[in-house]
Amino acid sequence: MSGSEVVIVGGGVTGLSAGWWLARSGVKVTVLDKFIVGWEASGRNGGGASHYSSPLFDEEQRLWPQMDELLGYPTEHQKGRILIAMTERQWEQYRFIAERHTRLNHPVELLDVKQVQEAVPLAGDNCFGGVHYKFGGHANPQRSVQAYAWALQDLGGKIVQHSPVTGFETAGGKVTAVKTANATYGCDAVVVAAGPQIPQLMAQLGVDVPLAAARAEMIITEPAPMMPLGGVDGHKIYGRQTLRGNLAYGGGPHEWLDVDATGPAARPSTPLARNLAKRLAELLPKAAHLNVIRSWAGIIENSPDGRPIIDRLTSPDNVVVASMSSVGFGLSPASGHAIRDLVIDGKCSFADIDILKLSRFDNLESDWREKRGWMPIS
Amino acid sequence: MELNFTGTDICAINGTRSAPETHYDVVVVGAGPSGVAAAIDAAKAGAKVLLVDENPVSGALMGNDIPLYFGGRMTAATQNTERMLEAIFMSMPALETAMDAGVELLLGTTAWGVYRNGPGVASLPQQVVGLADSERSWLVGFDKIVLATGARDLAMSFPGWNQPGVMGAAALQMLLTRYEAFAGQRILVLGSHDLALETALLAQARGIDVVGLIEVRDAPQGHSELVAKVAAAGIAIHCGQTITSATGGINGIESAMLSTGDVIACDTICVAIGLIPSIELVDAMHGPRALNATRGGYIPAGEPSVTAVGDCAGLADSGFDHIAYRMDWMRALSDISADDTIICQCEEVTRADLIGVQPPNYLSRPAPMCARSLDTLLQDGPANPDQIKRLTRAGMGVCQGRRCRDQVAMLLAIEADKPFGSIPLASHRAPVRPLPLKILAEWDEPAEMDAAWDVWFGIPTQWVPVEDINTPYQDEHRQMLYTGMYT
Repeated sequence: MSGSEVVIVGGGVTGLSAGWWLARSGVKVTVLDKFIVGWEASGRNGGGASHYSSPLFDEEQRLWPQMDELLGYPTEHQKGRILIAMTERQWEQYRFIAERHTRLNHPVELLDVKQVQEAVPLAGDNCFGGVHYKFGGHANPQRSVQAYAWALQDLGGKIVQHSPVTGFETAGGKVTAVKTANATYGCDAVVVAAGPQIPQLMAQLGVDVPLAAARAEMIITEPAPMMPLGGVDGHKIYGRQTLRGNLAYGGGPHEWLDVDATGPAARPSTPLARNLAKRLAELLPKAAHLNVIRSWAGIIENSPDGRPIIDRLTSPDNVVVASMSSVGFGLSPASGHAIRDLVIDGKCSFADIDILKLSRFDNLESDWREKRGWMPIS
Repeated sequence: MELNFTGTDICAINGTRSAPETHYDVVVVGAGPSGVAAAIDAAKAGAKVLLVDENPVSGALMGNDIPLYFGGRMTAATQNTERMLEAIFMSMPALETAMDAGVELLLGTTAWGVYRNGPGVASLPQQVVGLADSERSWLVGFDKIVLATGARDLAMSFPGWNQPGVMGAAALQMLLTRYEAFAGQRILVLGSHDLALETALLAQARGIDVVGLIEVRDAPQGHSELVAKVAAAGIAIHCGQTITSATGGINGIESAMLSTGDVIACDTICVAIGLIPSIELVDAMHGPRALNATRGGYIPAGEPSVTAVGDCAGLADSGFDHIAYRMDWMRALSDISADDTIICQCEEVTRADLIGVQPPNYLSRPAPMCARSLDTLLQDGPANPDQIKRLTRAGMGVCQGRRCRDQVAMLLAIEADKPFGSIPLASHRAPVRPLPLKILAEWDEPAEMDAAWDVWFGIPTQWVPVEDINTPYQDEHRQMLYTGMYT
């Protein structure tokens, strides 16, 4: 497919990674984004990269340590994670997960309270123990998103910001062009990686993609003294110490929303910041005096089973749809590779991703959101 | 996995939030003259009124130039909370009038966020303002909120500005009058509009040696009567000049060099170029705001349950174009600044790295990174301070961008060759004042919140290892990690 044109709808981390992978294969790529690259969930998440539940996990783990070099720009990727249990129940749960990792040959080590305190200077003696993942890690979402964008441009790809996609032109069972308010982009193939806007866009092609959007929130503190390992979480919150030292953490209840074709109307944070602050102060008691300096929210979509949808459609047959179902950042090096394979070869070269096919929802009941309670508050 | 859905997502926020501790008809934020007057009016009209003011703020916050640009020039007296409280009451007799009128007054209490349902959120039991003192934070419901948060200092960078002794005019006035706690003796004032002239006269009246005013334009900018008073006081206004650097020692500023080459000895450089309406709360709640050049910057632009009064609603309009004036200063200071002049003090971002859109110096800069710049970024679309902030970290520090946000926007306008008004306002986010985790924390959160708390969405099929799907481990996984979510 070298020399052909692929239009990617959505300059989030998934679309940008796909574009970068395609550009590496000599494809002419144009990424269209409604605003600025990585402006939504791709630039607002915790940066975790340890998704053992995914068929893309091995590729995620293989690629992250190389990403700075491959992209040519810093991503702040750091390896390893420590989960700290703050209740007896959490300790039971984390040991269960550790046992699973051991069985799956993912290297983990159980830490007692003393070992936790040695490994995590900001932790206290108020914990039950911890699990050290010797795999996985985290990166800086905002820096990584821009790194993909720049790397894609360095390979000749184009990024068109401030250009929401308004529709498609089709002919002969294929999408032949993607339209924005100001331009029409002819294409040989299309990747739709537009997050919560995917259902509205795909409906224009007569394809039903079941996704529901919700808001999630994070807080960040002023810099703390650097810990030997920044990927510290647990206590039902996720996050990391940045390379600057800030503690950035999220988790907790989400709010289901309706998102229309133009994208989220707003991304308001709420007093949930107080509940995050409580848990972070408990998790890292020696950081409890640190100032929280910002909170923010992001809007992410989920599929009915919470797993990604990465699929090349049968009709139109030159369209790949990709929603990472609220877990897109960490998996992005691998999801982009998978999308590239689907666009060019029709099949993922490195993993069996049939479980991510859209057709698994063919018999989904029409009231799937109501049944799950995934409805906006009326 | 057989999942029987109940119609309820127990990990959703619905119904899990705490109700506010109390409710007032009217909450007034800021106990300056406008805020106190608004509180008294509301109380006299029969409303239940709460008036809060963050002052006195802790010494630690003052050291970070919060809420005003104190530049490290406050005396140890500001560490004494009792004395500071007394100073506030002494300087504001109207506070007693307000209390007599039935207004509940809380000093040393910060309003750090205003929240209400609207686009993107429908889960709040009612509209609330988040408050915090030195012990704890809490939420207060309100029918109406009056923002009387005043104006903050505009900081401007030049070589050497990042030393103790470079401070703002509003901060200096507060230290000189209310707190009587200014640690300097010889000040040089930047600017010659009314703010600068009034500050110079006040300082001299308080026994401070005012060594002169520097004006980048060709003539004094303020009201002619004030200019005459300054002249009569024997204070020189050096027009058509700018400061080119400041030097100092362990105690901060010792001298300033001017574009004429003259060196002026001083221990304080007061940046009196402008004040910015303090709209942090309005912007953080996504309230409408609009740029108004003659009223000092972005000002609130109308919200049914939110009223802005005093300087936060906009500086008194005398027809003076504050934005054009600041831009003239910014151009002059930008011209004399060096590549290594710091723009963001918290994150130590230099002018060259800001314009180069380079990452902080703890990250590597491979060749492709070095080849990037604001120019290449602008090819992708208009300059956006939030994007620049993410890449360079300018404005990401503990002062929450108070010292650099306005400068960054002005510099982007200059470098992009666009009008200032075309550069979006960098977003403000709650908490709009730095708040320690242990203070912000809701320690007594409702049991419903804890019951709903999951690290992520609580979808049992989301995290089952792919190898475990359709094996007995799958159910074990769900039971261990997601009990109670689905039947």
